Amino acid sequence: MENLVHTLEVLSNAFGPSGSEMEVRQLVRERTEAHAQQAYVDALGNLLLTKRGTKRDLHVMVSAHMDEVGLMVVGYTQGNLRVATIGGIDPSILPGLHVLVGRKKHPGVIGVQAIHRTSHKSREQSPDIEDLAVDIGAQSEEEARKLAPLGTPIIFATRFHAVERMCSGKAFDNRAGCTVLTELLQGDPFPCDVTGAFTVQEEVGLRGAGVAAYAISPDLAIVLEGTVADDLPKKESDVSPTTELGKGPAITVKDRSYVTYPPLLRHVIRTAQEMHIPYQIKQPGVSGTESGAIHRVGVGIPSITISVPCRYIHSPVSLLKLDDLENTIRLIQAVLSTLPSDILKIK
Amino acid sequence: MDLKLLEKLTQTFGPSGYEGEIRAAIREEVASLGDELYVDRLGSLVVHRRSAAPQAKKLLLAAHMDEIGLMVTHIEEKGFLRFTNIGGLYPLHHIGGRVRFANGLIGTIYVERREDRSQAPQLKHLYIDVGAKSREDCPVAVGDPGVFVGSLVQQNGRLISKTMDDRIGCYVLIEMLRQIQAPAYDLYVVFSTQEEVTLAGARTSTYRIAPDIAISVDVTLTGDTPKALPMAVELGKGPAVKVKDSGMIAHPTVRQMLIDAAQQADVPYQLEVLQGGTTDAMAMQLVREGIPSGCLSIPSRFVHSPSEMVDEADVENAIKLLVATVETN
Ligand SMILES: [Zn+2]
Ligand SMILES: [Zn+2]
Repeated sequence: MENLVHTLEVLSNAFGPSGSEMEVRQLVRERTEAHAQQAYVDALGNLLLTKRGTKRDLHVMVSAHMDEVGLMVVGYTQGNLRVATIGGIDPSILPGLHVLVGRKKHPGVIGVQAIHRTSHKSREQSPDIEDLAVDIGAQSEEEARKLAPLGTPIIFATRFHAVERMCSGKAFDNRAGCTVLTELLQGDPFPCDVTGAFTVQEEVGLRGAGVAAYAISPDLAIVLEGTVADDLPKKESDVSPTTELGKGPAITVKDRSYVTYPPLLRHVIRTAQEMHIPYQIKQPGVSGTESGAIHRVGVGIPSITISVPCRYIHSPVSLLKLDDLENTIRLIQAVLSTLPSDILKIK
Repeated sequence: MDLKLLEKLTQTFGPSGYEGEIRAAIREEVASLGDELYVDRLGSLVVHRRSAAPQAKKLLLAAHMDEIGLMVTHIEEKGFLRFTNIGGLYPLHHIGGRVRFANGLIGTIYVERREDRSQAPQLKHLYIDVGAKSREDCPVAVGDPGVFVGSLVQQNGRLISKTMDDRIGCYVLIEMLRQIQAPAYDLYVVFSTQEEVTLAGARTSTYRIAPDIAISVDVTLTGDTPKALPMAVELGKGPAVKVKDSGMIAHPTVRQMLIDAAQQADVPYQLEVLQGGTTDAMAMQLVREGIPSGCLSIPSRFVHSPSEMVDEADVENAIKLLVATVETN
């Protein structure tokens, strides 16, 4: 079996901004299809793979969104590309970055003036997205339109690196989750039926997960994510980070999009404690995840989000610890293996 | 008024997502009031009352049993708690107030000293003191939910309590169930969950029931307090038939159905246009292929504060109006 770091590397390097997830889908499909009894791509582009269980008492959807944040060509200034963001990106981190334009991955640079030519004042202001342009070396608008037609998606050109237990690369939100789900699907069957959903368009409004949940109509859902680890020293001393690197999978109790179903929350925490898997509670109330779209579908789908902590998500490069990735896989495996049949029964 | 029932309903713990206790409390009251009773996937309690009429249409009435509250996000070294909102919180409503956790523990809510007092404080400036001396000594954990404290008072024909939103709606539906003789509709009464956060309880219950008509019963704001935002709803002028709020426009047929019932029951009513806020009906109207939906509101002052006030006669009249709605076709 392919090793975990290599899977993460391949997925991290892949091209897949929201709406253009084909390459990622292909990569996860070829790694998981043989391990599932049913696999298909739905109308929105979600890849759904069902792995039949040994007991089949429950049906659990495990989702991980394939898409990443990026840019899109929306206009031209002579040969330069005007862009808009796909998903949440702070424009002030963009100047000077190396990007890949379109699925053919034309190299591009987010242009900056040489420091010799900028005034002190302009260096103090952070740019708006309208102030930035991607340079692909085109000499004219005509040439630029040919290389990068209107609507062409763009990603960060960052390549993956791993040294000892630390990995850096782009799009760990959510290729970390995709790696976890790939690994889960490749393993032995669980007692329950499991449908893995590699979803599209999470970063632009949780769009893939809701329709996937409708099609699968599971009893429960587990959402896998790569989430904010803002654990570096801060100015205000006594505030808690969203999550911390190295402290294990981050369990969501409540975020802006949903409240976790308490029996599922208790089962996950109890499992972590019994298996001696480190875990942390993600700071409640921060960000929204696919659980928000899934829990309200059909007759209701009790959901929980479990995340791999990653520093600097939604930027060109994130950091994660392999321990957290491995512990997330162990935790989800244990959670699925020990799900009580009566977890849906509430008085 | 059954004050004992209202006391039980308003004082029982049940922030969004954690409705176990309030569901048990309501279940005790409605156990014998339906032909069928079940709890659905996201925890809503459903009472089904069949009609003797052949081909009776399915009518769903919903009041949410969850309440606003807070959730602990951080415990400081000295044992003070920081928190996030469950539902819509206004920091000014809670400074000096109290919070109660599921285990009965009480905390005082207060605000940091701020250099700049020209702006209203934000949630991040507030903290909870449960009397802990340190983080280690603190009996509350990150992720624990809590609710606000405010006892029930009956005075001058008004009722004051925490969580009138929407336990007064639950009260109205329980009383209605007690009084109905012969429903003209195949009636589903839903005590829904998670209204204050995602409307997910009513949305999913409605999906399972697939009713012909859906009506939420919830509180609305009034325009009758000093310098209130102009709004043509007053306390004591009768239950309010919703025309529109920020999440939905009531289906004209459903609106008329409620107006007809008011006239038939000979109770006063008001028409309501609410500019900020919505109810379970917002989610219910969009379920499946679309469900004609409306809302009957109990006018309430100080909504989402620990001292929400309603008028007794409005409550009694809402019950009469709904009994008439359910019994006539
Ligand atoms: Zn994500
Ligand atoms: Zn309400």
